[in-house]
Amino acid sequence: MTGKTLYDKLWDAHVVRDSGDGAALIYIDRHLVHEVTSPQAFEGLRLAGRQPWRVEANLATPDHNVPTTAAERHSGVEGIADPISRLQVQTLDKNCEEFGITEFNMNDIRQGIVHVIGPEEGATLPGMTVVCGDSHTSTHGAFGALAFGIGTSEVEHALATQCLVQKKSKSMRIRVEGRTPAGVTAKDIVLAIIGEIGTAGGTGYAIEFAGQAIRDLSIEGRMTLCNMAIEAGARAGMVAVDEKTIDYVKGRPYAPKADLWEQAVADWQTLHSDADAVFDREVVIEAAGISPQVTWGTSPEMVAAINGRVPDPANESDSVKSEGMKAALAYMGLEANTPITDILIDKAFIGSCTNSRIEDLRAAAAVARGRKVADNVRLALVVPGSGLVKQQAEEEGLDKVFIEAGFEWREPGCSMCLAMNADRLEPGERCASTSNRNFEGRQGQGGRTHLVSPAMAAAAAVAGHFVDVRSL
Amino acid sequence: MKKFKIFTGIVAPMDRPNVDTDAIIPKQFLKSIKRTGFGPNLFDEWRYLDHGEPGMDNSQRRLNPDFVLNQERYRGAQVLLARENFGCGSSREHAPWALEDYGFRVIIAPSFADIFFNNCFKNGLLPIVLEEGLVDSLFLEVETTPGYALNVDLDTQIIRKPDGSEISFDVDAFRKYCLLNGLDDIGMTLQHTDDIRAYEARRKQEAQWLFQ
Ligand code: SF4
Repeated sequence: MTGKTLYDKLWDAHVVRDSGDGAALIYIDRHLVHEVTSPQAFEGLRLAGRQPWRVEANLATPDHNVPTTAAERHSGVEGIADPISRLQVQTLDKNCEEFGITEFNMNDIRQGIVHVIGPEEGATLPGMTVVCGDSHTSTHGAFGALAFGIGTSEVEHALATQCLVQKKSKSMRIRVEGRTPAGVTAKDIVLAIIGEIGTAGGTGYAIEFAGQAIRDLSIEGRMTLCNMAIEAGARAGMVAVDEKTIDYVKGRPYAPKADLWEQAVADWQTLHSDADAVFDREVVIEAAGISPQVTWGTSPEMVAAINGRVPDPANESDSVKSEGMKAALAYMGLEANTPITDILIDKAFIGSCTNSRIEDLRAAAAVARGRKVADNVRLALVVPGSGLVKQQAEEEGLDKVFIEAGFEWREPGCSMCLAMNADRLEPGERCASTSNRNFEGRQGQGGRTHLVSPAMAAAAAVAGHFVDVRSL
Repeated sequence: MKKFKIFTGIVAPMDRPNVDTDAIIPKQFLKSIKRTGFGPNLFDEWRYLDHGEPGMDNSQRRLNPDFVLNQERYRGAQVLLARENFGCGSSREHAPWALEDYGFRVIIAPSFADIFFNNCFKNGLLPIVLEEGLVDSLFLEVETTPGYALNVDLDTQIIRKPDGSEISFDVDAFRKYCLLNGLDDIGMTLQHTDDIRAYEARRKQEAQWLFQ
């Protein structure tokens, strides 16, 4: 008998009932809730006269719509200027109160982007199934958990039954072997992976990231990596548990304590693929070949190394791809063969569930320290992922570093990652962004997004154009 | 979800093919935080003469007198008679929500778009596929007979016409079972309550920290 993959182990431990037709009823350990995808689910419960199955399995916070300027934020929920945003935040508050769900409300110090606060609170634990009505739920796989995004009907289903009907995915292992060069981060690794396998490369798979370069990453780096598994087409990404995972979880508010902690650790130490496990697909990438990455197009797979050039559609033999590249270059306002370092930016955004944790802010601040945001950059935003990240950063003086350099220091939320609040790009504006999606209009209608790591975003902000952070 | 057994309802004819979900419920209404209350905006662009936005008082808006649902004889219709590929376009579940909220329980057409067809069952609507010729004759009868109503019996899978003649229809056995018993997907899962409880009891032994 061959061994099990990590995914097999997580799946098997959560099957409530196998319906025999390839689908199974899967138990959900943790359900994270935010204001955008939950209102109809709560209303569905109400209409059917149902209650949450296990209310303490849920944790809610508003993040997508909350304003990030201190003035608007401190005037409370009533003070949210946009009426639709305000109503969504109010509705979440009301629903959580009515159904008894724990919510970190807008001005709670523990509020933040759901994918930041789950791990921060220890609400995300190794071995769990974690779901949320948001595709970047894959982030939580960094803990050796099975985590994936769901739609509103499934949010209601998870609330009402603590289960979901799911089909098992195929398994893929992506091994990033060898040591990562200095100045290359988790973000660069995952962008390089997506550049290699494409945005549909992981479709139908659950991806396990493995290899020396992944083991060398911090837990926060692994979250960045798993966060973008969805951009590679996979609903779930994961990394095996090791000592770093266990150290990270220890002592967090929701983490087990005393005897239970010992039992949990013993269990978590089994959360890795067996040596003889077989994957449906394996990909190997050499870490030594990865440089800091910058996307140049309107899909995360349209990515180049910082010392590269914007590719030429004329050199692409596949006509569909070539047309896609032409359309992307037209939207992005770029010429083929332009050196990436010649691209000037108008705005910089450091934040989002991909890169808004304390290590991300430290990396960006290290670049910003003693420098100034370039004159051609109209706005450089730093939006911490949670109230606690913000507090920690302020204790370390990072806010001052940013403010002295000319960055704006904001309140936590999704902010310009998706531009549901007032933080957005104007048509034609070009942004160095640490978020995860560079789709047309994602950061504002007509806006042009280049995905980069936090250090690279800070470097672009101070240089006014993309620049190899290693050369500063 | 409402149980569906047998009922008699007025039929309204929607005589155009490829009615898409954006026509059923235009996108500006998707900003709502609710899944009810879409009925007044069902077919908004066809039904009213002005442009509809969420939050408007629909009773003050000018109705399009030519639109079928605005005609007195189709008031209170519960059966929608439609043409091929009904419900195509975006997958929004708001489309069946709007039809259901308006009061429809049955949609009869020669064919339906896939996702819409499935979404109907999840929301207590019965989509019935009938052969093109049968649909044609129903259109004719509805238009020439004021007050035309059909009796739809899901249990026996029979539609009875006013003249007493019958049309039988197909429905997936599992979907029929769900509708007859008022079970949506959640209701189905809740039939396995014992399995869920047994799983939780076992898991609490193995991994108690998950249940703190
Ligand atoms: S930060 Fe962006 S990607 Fe992450 S949850 Fe918020 S909107 Fe979604």
